[in-house]
Amino acid sequence: MGYVRPNGKVGVRNHVLVLPTVSCSAHTAVKIANRIKGAVALYHEHGCGHMGPDLDRTKRTLIGMGTNPNVASVLVVGLGCEQITPEDVARGIAASGKRVEVVVIQDAHGVRNAIRTGRRLVRELVAEASQAERTQVPVSSLILGTECGGSDAMSGVSANPAVGALVDKLINVGGKGILSETPEFIGAEHLLAERACCDRERSLLLGFVHEIESIAHEAGEDIRGAQPSPGNMAGGLTTLEEKSLGCIRKGGTHQIQAVIDYAEEVTESGLTVMNTTGDDIRSISGMVAGGSQIVVFTTGRGTPAGCAIAPVIKISSNSRAFREMRDCIDINAGTVVEGKETPYEVADRIFDLVLRVASGKKTKSELLGQNDFAIDRILPTI
Amino acid sequence: MYGIPAPGGGYEVERKFLVHEPEDNVGVAVKDIAGGENVEGIIMRGRDLITITAIEPVPFGHKIALEDMATGTEVKRYGANMGVTTQPIPKGAHVHVHNVRSTRC
Repeated sequence: MGYVRPNGKVGVRNHVLVLPTVSCSAHTAVKIANRIKGAVALYHEHGCGHMGPDLDRTKRTLIGMGTNPNVASVLVVGLGCEQITPEDVARGIAASGKRVEVVVIQDAHGVRNAIRTGRRLVRELVAEASQAERTQVPVSSLILGTECGGSDAMSGVSANPAVGALVDKLINVGGKGILSETPEFIGAEHLLAERACCDRERSLLLGFVHEIESIAHEAGEDIRGAQPSPGNMAGGLTTLEEKSLGCIRKGGTHQIQAVIDYAEEVTESGLTVMNTTGDDIRSISGMVAGGSQIVVFTTGRGTPAGCAIAPVIKISSNSRAFREMRDCIDINAGTVVEGKETPYEVADRIFDLVLRVASGKKTKSELLGQNDFAIDRILPTI
Repeated sequence: MYGIPAPGGGYEVERKFLVHEPEDNVGVAVKDIAGGENVEGIIMRGRDLITITAIEPVPFGHKIALEDMATGTEVKRYGANMGVTTQPIPKGAHVHVHNVRSTRC
């Protein structure tokens, strides 16, 4: 059950998004959305002083968040002199057919006026959005993001294979999945590349891995040489490829239909690889900006991570984390370690929860109010 | 649930290792395994059971050899090559950095 948007995309939530274009208008955006039920602001520290690739990436992320079908309508909050203009962002989001309003602090003659106008507009948008009703939609409309964070020795045994089986299952019924976190491909990138549908995607994938390795190398980091870490080895991981195989297992076993850059739109059916960082919030934000409505997140230690506009479902790799971090974790895959279930049976349980969450059930991160959002940057701010 | 149900509940044989894919030649210990111990594992895809005698201790999270491997054999986990053996590894041995090396570093 979801919200069908004017462009035919299906949302699992119905947020009114208050979107600052720049760090300078971020606090104003937060104040505009404050305590209006149904509205959420995306606090961020970007939008100005970007160089080349960061400018494109940041603009794409902001427009992508507004375009995500979990968002009913958007109020763009600008300052007026920033590099990423409110008009550009508003135009980009309006292309999806949804209503977009704009408030610019300098044009409104101050913050107080901008807040007053903004709150009036947001109340109007929320009233309008509240009339949208959920309708029966096919599960194939889902784009499932995958992420892992705070991993442990069992992540590659229980939770990641379970999420991989879940992604395989969703793709088998026509849905889409995203495998992210480029640094974690290193060591197994040749095996991942073999799974690409064609030469173009294969070379894109290897290019993204090469890029991150080069950047790390320039900063004096040798990712390939430093992994697996002593802690990983004590836990039983022998080689870099073994560690990476455990990470990429959460993307399942299907052929890779597309390889895209950070926050680019997911368009192909089946499995897409997105070039993201290993940082949880930045990676999740990139996938949601790419159109993912629900993210499934595996963890060994437990983490509160969520997303301002998308439910994040968390899967623990062991029962202890599930017990100790109960307010953060939705499903326990530690049963695999204990011999009670296979990853395929856990995948069935997650699939059921995905369907319920898609129809409105709140995840632990939503109950905690984790309005997380962060944009991955490449270059310094000038 | 899987396993052999014991009278009065629980399971007769404790699963001590897991194998991801039928073509894997190593299993992962999910309990500490003692040297000389007969242990049972499950191949998770297909759910076949296998029994192996550990010839040395294999700690939790570490790997056990499911077959005899000559030097230079590809070690397979998740159905993929995760390294090559640097010495002969007998069935039931502990498989780790002392007898396997990466091919990617």
